[in-house]
Amino acid sequence: MKKIELVIDGQSVSVAPGTTVLEAARMVGIYIPTLCHDPHLEPYGACRLCIVRIDGMRGLPTSCTTPVQQNMSVVTEDEEITRVRRGIVELALADHPSDCLTCVKSDECELRRVASYLGVEKKSLEHLHKRTHVADLDTSNPAFDFDRNKCVLCGICVRVCKEMVGLGAIDLCGRGYETRVSTFAGKQWSDTICQSCGECVEHCPTGALTPKRAVIPQREVKTLCPFCGVGCSIYAGVRGNRIVRVRGDRDNPVSMGGLCVKGRFGYDFVNHPDRLTTPLIRKEGVPRSAGLAQNVSVEDIFSPADWDEALSVAAAGLEEILDAEGADALAVLSSAKCTNEDNYLIQKFARAALHTNNVDHCARLCHASTVAAAIESFGDGAMSNSVSDIAEAEAIFIIGSNTTECHPIIARRLKQNIRRNGARLIVADPRRTELAGIAEKHLSHRPGTDVALLNAMMNWIVECGLHDHRFIDERCEGFTPFLENLKEYDPDRAALITGVRADDIREAAELFARAASAVIIYGMGITQHTTGVDNVKSVANLLMLTGNMGRKGTGFSPLRGQNNVQGACDMGALPTVYPGYQRIDDPEVRARFTTAWGIGLNDRNGLALTDMITAADRGTLHGMYIIGENPLMSEPHLEHTRTAITKLRFLAVQDIFPTETALLADVILPATCFAETTGTFTNTERRIQMVRRALNPPGSARPDWHIISDLSCRLGYPMSYPDSSAIMDEIARLTPIYGGISHRRLQRPDGLQWPCWDSRHPGTPRLHEHRFTRGRGKFYAVSYKPPAEIPSTDFPLMLTTGRVLEHFHTGSMSRRSRVLESLKPQGHLDMCGEDARIIGVQADEFILVSSPRGKITVKVRIDNNVPRGTVFMAFHWKESPANVLTNSAVDPVARIPEYKVSSVLVTKAAHVPPQAEKTIH
Amino acid sequence: MSDRSQLISTGESFAFDAERDAEFERLVVRYPIRESMIMPALWMAQEQAGWISAEAIEYIADRIGTFPAKVLELATFYTMYQLKPVGRYHICVCRTLSCWLRGKQDIVDYLADEIGIKPGEMTEDGKFSFEEVECLGHCGTAPVVQINGEFHEEMDLKKFKALLATLT
Ligand code: SF4
Ligand code: SF4
Ligand code: FES
Ligand code: FES
Repeated sequence: MKKIELVIDGQSVSVAPGTTVLEAARMVGIYIPTLCHDPHLEPYGACRLCIVRIDGMRGLPTSCTTPVQQNMSVVTEDEEITRVRRGIVELALADHPSDCLTCVKSDECELRRVASYLGVEKKSLEHLHKRTHVADLDTSNPAFDFDRNKCVLCGICVRVCKEMVGLGAIDLCGRGYETRVSTFAGKQWSDTICQSCGECVEHCPTGALTPKRAVIPQREVKTLCPFCGVGCSIYAGVRGNRIVRVRGDRDNPVSMGGLCVKGRFGYDFVNHPDRLTTPLIRKEGVPRSAGLAQNVSVEDIFSPADWDEALSVAAAGLEEILDAEGADALAVLSSAKCTNEDNYLIQKFARAALHTNNVDHCARLCHASTVAAAIESFGDGAMSNSVSDIAEAEAIFIIGSNTTECHPIIARRLKQNIRRNGARLIVADPRRTELAGIAEKHLSHRPGTDVALLNAMMNWIVECGLHDHRFIDERCEGFTPFLENLKEYDPDRAALITGVRADDIREAAELFARAASAVIIYGMGITQHTTGVDNVKSVANLLMLTGNMGRKGTGFSPLRGQNNVQGACDMGALPTVYPGYQRIDDPEVRARFTTAWGIGLNDRNGLALTDMITAADRGTLHGMYIIGENPLMSEPHLEHTRTAITKLRFLAVQDIFPTETALLADVILPATCFAETTGTFTNTERRIQMVRRALNPPGSARPDWHIISDLSCRLGYPMSYPDSSAIMDEIARLTPIYGGISHRRLQRPDGLQWPCWDSRHPGTPRLHEHRFTRGRGKFYAVSYKPPAEIPSTDFPLMLTTGRVLEHFHTGSMSRRSRVLESLKPQGHLDMCGEDARIIGVQADEFILVSSPRGKITVKVRIDNNVPRGTVFMAFHWKESPANVLTNSAVDPVARIPEYKVSSVLVTKAAHVPPQAEKTIH
Repeated sequence: MSDRSQLISTGESFAFDAERDAEFERLVVRYPIRESMIMPALWMAQEQAGWISAEAIEYIADRIGTFPAKVLELATFYTMYQLKPVGRYHICVCRTLSCWLRGKQDIVDYLADEIGIKPGEMTEDGKFSFEEVECLGHCGTAPVVQINGEFHEEMDLKKFKALLATLT
């Protein structure tokens, strides 16, 4: 593009067309004071501080809204400009409380900065009319306060919420002197749709919006958010041994500086008094089942030990079973919260030190179906594109993902795409989620009928001739049998199965197929079914049918749940593959690992997590080593899981908190959390990024890889690494897709996306560009099968489970964060008003929910976004664990349980449960 | 001016009646940017219900596909939008310079002393409500009173009393 030449204060500047005068000046280091400008937002022109003089233009135009023009000549400061600017700032200051010395914004205040730059004098302020009315503070939000008196009406917060977050929780109301930032209907901040992301707080230039308990950090460490799979990069502000503030990293290509409520305010769990600080050994004579009792304390069951003792107990426990029952009587659970280096070492420990392939992690419960199906369809089990493709697609189809709550930053990018480029959105979800509400088409299909819905869409696409013949011919195979199978799924028939109007299916299909580029985003609504693999294959079919793979703005986007669940899979914390999805049943591969690890390896496929539980129950699995996982909250049919784990002869748990599972252990080993360790996480778009140690570990806690190395040495398989970067070097040597990864290379702000074959390879933002990893993309003929459990007279409602924005999985971290716990302290079952009326329950009343597997008592919330006959629960609260109810039936291939469909009965609760004392730190 | 960011909620959902529904659909296609429809829609809601409730604002936001707070912004900026119930006759008295100089205060005082309503208030029987507004743009014929949208110019107390007497 041709550059534009202009002169600013005598300096020649050459910039891209469309740049504003303000941006051009800043590029060459000329400071122009501003209050309402924010580089992330569209120009606004409210504060008038950025005025300049431009030859040939009348008056003093605002540089933030004036685009550069060829040969423009700009003066950024002269006497008149300074006088006008000073006048503006004086008016703002006259109306501003003068408590700068105690204001938490302190040195970071933009108003103070411009005032001192312009040299505002005290004398001139004295002539001005002082503020007559002091407004009350809004302190209702647990994360931040709003002091209207310090607001300069720059509108940044309003625009941030609208343009960046896409929520519009606040706006400028009233006029003239009465203008103010207001929530909808002037309600308290906490009573509105605000999602407490704090984005407005981070961008406010003054002390008007400030975090609660704000202190300025001593130093900042660039690292990663430990919650979800989006992988936002953060600057953790540290003071002493605490994270006191977190801000987004504006250079990060995923988040572009944005954060959600967890990523910004959810860090106090790190310093929570419940952190495990010393190894613990179960007291003599205390049975394993003691840990199942309500309200037991750690001290009742365990006594502290030193590392030497604890590691001996762990080694002895494992060895005893190894000797008596053989290697396959042991199993290891690795963790999607741990780094790649930890995961690599954990699976190496299982395979080389314990000689078993019984190693798995919670991906079994979330995306096992994705990994299995996508490898068969495309050859790679991961998201094919980058988040940037979602931000550029012409049409977006979301199925079974409540993206706003589960992957908030991706939802934002998607909403920005809708707002800026008019992207078209289709959402298929039984519930009317936030995105379903703004979608052009919302298909509210019955839980578990995804295959029928997708097949019907494809049937109609073919019927209209909208499929991409060329793509199918040149890049795919298996089309004929697939086409044959589609015939049965005309939209009219599918309407009967799915409950979606046939015309809605047709319109959605056409909308999707006509887009020049389209992505499909999905989550657990697709994977957590007994037909999980079928569902994913159907998603893959639809993408190939319309040629939406391997190009900009297209792709297959399973959104991964945990911060490093992608990495844990990549590292081979799975029972059938070594790192990099290299199959253990391939003798050549096995030989390579045998040589590298210097030990003979077991060639039997291991047990999947769900099968480990069954094996423990049947008495064929005797010992488990569980790292950073909490099956006693996360497994379906919890009663069964509890019984099974209690039967184990030996259980060691390595974690940061005494989780429900840890309480059953023989020995607990305290590990470091993300803030105390260095390594890498791989996000949902295969982006490998650095996690950096920001704090010292609490007490004697140690990094996971360190504990594993020590234990391995005791079991006679020595491991010794000076640091985690040495582990990454070993990973790179043995894992072709990570071949070019090293900690040194990952110092760059955007990390690297696998496959990255060698140390010069730039990484791969988009898979399957010219050919599919497996050669040709494969179509599968998939038939609809109903869910394993369908409503009956005894259990007439369909329960579907999921997450909420404020909490994370089993809650061991998020429920120990003051802000997150204050926002959502209690679980609830959501049902529509009509169903509640029929059952005769009122909002906020306690109800009894029973399924064929168990009962729980929980509050009911009336939510008309839930369709009739369906109820929804999140699984975070141990006081009302939804997984007591869920069905443990699994997908035959991926072994993933059907969390999304079980049958329940809802009745009035006979008595209200005594709520455990709540202490929020 | 009172705090216009506070809205009143009726507790009942709002929707356009059939006629206004059709009107909405007829108008909305005229605007390249849907949000431009906010102001006519607010006006229609006010016509229908007499005033604009929290539910009406949410309804309009949903119908247009924008944020409720955005609709609130406009509703609170323009004083012509009534954010609380008004009387059968809503009297607006201009209080800007020309009208002030030409005696608007007599009318305001009369309303307060004889009819018993101060700016922002409504008579108990719901017949009259009253507010002071900024320049109505007819300064040449000040003082100006506007009742239910209709202008009455060159007012004085006598004419005003006579005018009220005609309102039943
Ligand atoms: S609260 Fe802060 S960001 Fe919002 S308008 Fe006021 S000064 Fe600007
Ligand atoms: S915290 Fe986030 S959601 Fe709430 S008003 Fe601010 S930007 Fe909007
Ligand atoms: S920065 Fe340009 S007007 Fe505020
Ligand atoms: S001053 Fe009253 S109409 Fe203008």
